Amino acid sequence: MADLSVNIGGLKLKNPVMTASGTFGYGLEFSDFVNLEDIGGIIVKGTTLKPREGNPYPRMAETAQGMLNCVGLQNKGVDYFCEHIYPQIKDIGTNMIVNVSGSCCEDYAECAARIGELERIPAIELNISCPNVKQGGMAFGVTAEGAASVVKAVREAYKKTLIVKLSPNVTDIAGIARSVEDAGADAVSLINTLMGMAIDIEKRRPVLSIATGGLSGPAVKPVALRMVWQVAKAVKIPVVGLGGIMNARDAVEFLLAGATAVEIGTANFIDPAVTVKVARGIDEYLERHGCSSVREIIGALEA
Amino acid sequence: MRKYILDLTVAANEHLREGYALLKLTQGRPLPSMLPGQFAELKVEGSETTFLRRPISINYVDEEKNEVWFLIHEVGDGTRKLGAMAPGDTLSVVMPLGNGFTMPASSDEKVLLVGGGVGTAPLLYMGKKMADMGCRPSFLLGGRSAGDLMQLDMFAELGDVYLTTEDGSAGEQGFVTQHSLWGEGQRFDRIATCGPKPMMVAVARCAQERGIDCEASLENMMACGLGACLCCVENTVEGNLCVCKEGPVFNTKKLLWQI
Ligand SMILES: Cc1cc2nc3c(=O)[nH]c(=O)nc-3n(C[C@H](O)[C@H](O)[C@H](O)COP(=O)(O)OP(=O)(O)OC[C@H]3O[C@@H](n4cnc5c(N)ncnc54)[C@H](O)[C@@H]3O)c2cc1C
Ligand SMILES: Cc1cc2nc3c(=O)[nH]c(=O)nc-3n(C[C@H](O)[C@H](O)[C@H](O)COP(=O)(O)O)c2cc1C
Ligand code: FES
Repeated sequence: MADLSVNIGGLKLKNPVMTASGTFGYGLEFSDFVNLEDIGGIIVKGTTLKPREGNPYPRMAETAQGMLNCVGLQNKGVDYFCEHIYPQIKDIGTNMIVNVSGSCCEDYAECAARIGELERIPAIELNISCPNVKQGGMAFGVTAEGAASVVKAVREAYKKTLIVKLSPNVTDIAGIARSVEDAGADAVSLINTLMGMAIDIEKRRPVLSIATGGLSGPAVKPVALRMVWQVAKAVKIPVVGLGGIMNARDAVEFLLAGATAVEIGTANFIDPAVTVKVARGIDEYLERHGCSSVREIIGALEA
Repeated sequence: MRKYILDLTVAANEHLREGYALLKLTQGRPLPSMLPGQFAELKVEGSETTFLRRPISINYVDEEKNEVWFLIHEVGDGTRKLGAMAPGDTLSVVMPLGNGFTMPASSDEKVLLVGGGVGTAPLLYMGKKMADMGCRPSFLLGGRSAGDLMQLDMFAELGDVYLTTEDGSAGEQGFVTQHSLWGEGQRFDRIATCGPKPMMVAVARCAQERGIDCEASLENMMACGLGACLCCVENTVEGNLCVCKEGPVFNTKKLLWQI
């Protein structure tokens, strides 16, 4: 077996496979299907300072090789997380990472600070890229200044590993990644969902309750791969790649493009055990190519 | 309750009528235990337009043959591909999912199970589990015409069957809520219903007028089926709840329906 461990801005992962926020619950929902400790990191549901009810139903539309969602960050707020959820997940033997969202810099910073007090949460992923909430969310992630301002505020309030999740709904993702790096991020992850839409032609109405939603799944993979490749060349901090990964081959593509680790999202809905299969498949790939460590293939794309 | 990803084999696929398939799946050894009202997520192979699994209710469990049955109404490409499966084919099934109907507390409880269309599917297994505990449920089943009413022999073995059809070709003419049984002063302790939403709302109204507890099984669109994605929510008196995890069965008092 090859050495699968990687390091993301001070955070050691036993293998480069993590779960994408919003697609894996708090991990517990999948404990019948996979040994959670075999996953490199579990990024739990988006958490905000105050509880949020999210958007009305319908929140989902199936598309060709993917799906749209407009869940809108439904969660019970950071206090509930700390009191009720943290005790249930703190002893899971892997990196439990909280995805933090907000609608202003102060909210982001306060939410991050609260999570920072939790001993067994070694990192947060800052979601500055949610396309499904009116204020904030993606608004921060679409300009270099907006992204830098929220990352600076959180950096001051949060001392552990800070991963910043980028929006693909921008013209220059490399520029935004650089400004996030300068503002103090330890790593970037990308991509969040691509803004999209679905229409019911019989009813002549949008399928989703708020008309638009975020596209995920294999349909977005080529776009995600291109962005990861561009960002990996533009920054020195580690890049976490995601978007449409369904199997080990997809994951290896992201690693070759420059990602130090990957996240798996929508694929969990089709195969709830996909994460551990991808980790195993990466190992097989390494063996086949005579690599003793996964680090040998990170960014190893030949020009 | 522990959930599984199982590769099951098609033991039989019976076309009960045009557009409806009864898929009987087995793994040749005992299946996990399942509760009436729970469902499974079936993976569809060979459909270009079907990306996600399809949620389908547990219709029946044949414990002797180790079979789980799914009654499938072919409404789109996913269900059509499921309906076209042949004996010997395998498919991936995640189950059992969701909460299930409340079982009677004792064998003398009088329970009315009201189903419409393919919504009758989970009521068969509910009836079987009730019969196993010595209860005899009443089934009130409705359809547009006689052909819509399926598996009637099996229902009749488990309880008393009352039928309605819109065209009068079987049972009483009209909707389930117009059946004379509601007027007979028949006293039920509990009602459970599954079918098109307007039907379930009307049944919930009948139940409310009579002061009877009523449960309804919802069919919101799902992505994960596991309570992880929050796509399938129903707005309730407790806020948004996942139909796949906190449901699909809800006491109608919890729902914000205009009853
Ligand atoms: C908990 C649960 C239990 C279910 N049990 C059964 C069952 O026992 N037997 C059965 O035949 N069906 C059942 N359904 C409905 C079934 O899941 C859908 O009909 C199926 O997903 C449609 O897939 P498709 O690819 O054939 O159609 P699609 O191409 O996806 O859609 C075709 C049409 O069906 C409608 N549709 C799609 N999904 C649903 C849904 N979830 N509810 C209602 N309409 C839908 C679409 O709006 C569209 O008009 C259940 C659904 C849920 C959530
Ligand atoms: C139902 C659903 C909910 C999501 N919720 C969140 C969220 O709360 N926070 C976040 O940063 N990303 C969220 N995402 C985006 C995913 O984490 C991921 O970035 C995206 O789906 C692309 O990866 P995939 O193609 O592997 O799913 C969500 C995605 C889906 C499908
Ligand atoms: S379908 Fe994902 S939470 Fe219900």
